[in-house]
Amino acid sequence: MKALLLIVLAASLGLAACADRDEPAAGSRSYQGKPDAHSWDNVPQERASLEARLKLRQLAQDEQRRISQ
Amino acid sequence: MARMKFLCDAERCIECNGCVTACKNENEVPWGVNRRRVVTINDGVVGAEKSISVACMHCSDAPCMAVCPVDCFYRTDDGVVLHDKDLCIGCGYCFYACPFGAPQFPSAGAFGLRGKMDKCTFCAGGPEPDRSEAEFKKYGRNRLAEGKLPACAEMCSTKALLGGDGDVIADIYRERVTRRGKGAEVWGWGTAYGPGNPGAKAPPQPPATR
Repeated sequence: MKALLLIVLAASLGLAACADRDEPAAGSRSYQGKPDAHSWDNVPQERASLEARLKLRQLAQDEQRRISQ
Repeated sequence: MARMKFLCDAERCIECNGCVTACKNENEVPWGVNRRRVVTINDGVVGAEKSISVACMHCSDAPCMAVCPVDCFYRTDDGVVLHDKDLCIGCGYCFYACPFGAPQFPSAGAFGLRGKMDKCTFCAGGPEPDRSEAEFKKYGRNRLAEGKLPACAEMCSTKALLGGDGDVIADIYRERVTRRGKGAEVWGWGTAYGPGNPGAKAPPQPPATR
């Protein structure tokens, strides 16, 4: 009886060791590194001017617009 | 917030490699690493030769992000795909997943040992404090934080390479295609950002009904 109990215990422990761990599904994990702060976080009024400058440079890529000015 | 994208006009690219030089110079990219390169097909065939400038396209559903085992990638509010070099283990999975061959690995020792991955950042730096020395050393210049576009796009002499908000550059390109009457196809746009062609005319609106 004791031997049977030992065998059952050993078998259950052995099988448990073979079990797969739960893995998160692809894409469900997320970036855990350093947060990337915005340059305007400390100076909020800087954001509008920065975005305006960026927009101006994007529009300047259109030579038709530049020629017509 | 803008959704930053690259667009290369194959009708205009003259294979001058100005974008490659601008990128290397601006970001002090090490030897053996090319964040951007110019690819030419049908080289030497008159009338069929086309060149395009290729780098990370900052895909909408980036495959590099999906396969990274350490999740070192993240996306900024502008839609720029960046990564944290402190987390990168240099496994190379992203290189195999990327349809544009954007991830680059500097040689980090004998026997082909790979260093940490390096790629185009859309001149937006990385997770280090903006415009800091640490950010420049690891990721290159943060031009977006200075209100500037990527150096490659701003340096392009024929304006073949456009960079910026997807809506703005698609409008510029659409107008170009309308004027010249050809070359509406944009290489890589569908792969990176899903179906839709910025060179195509806007679909006609249905007549208003009452």
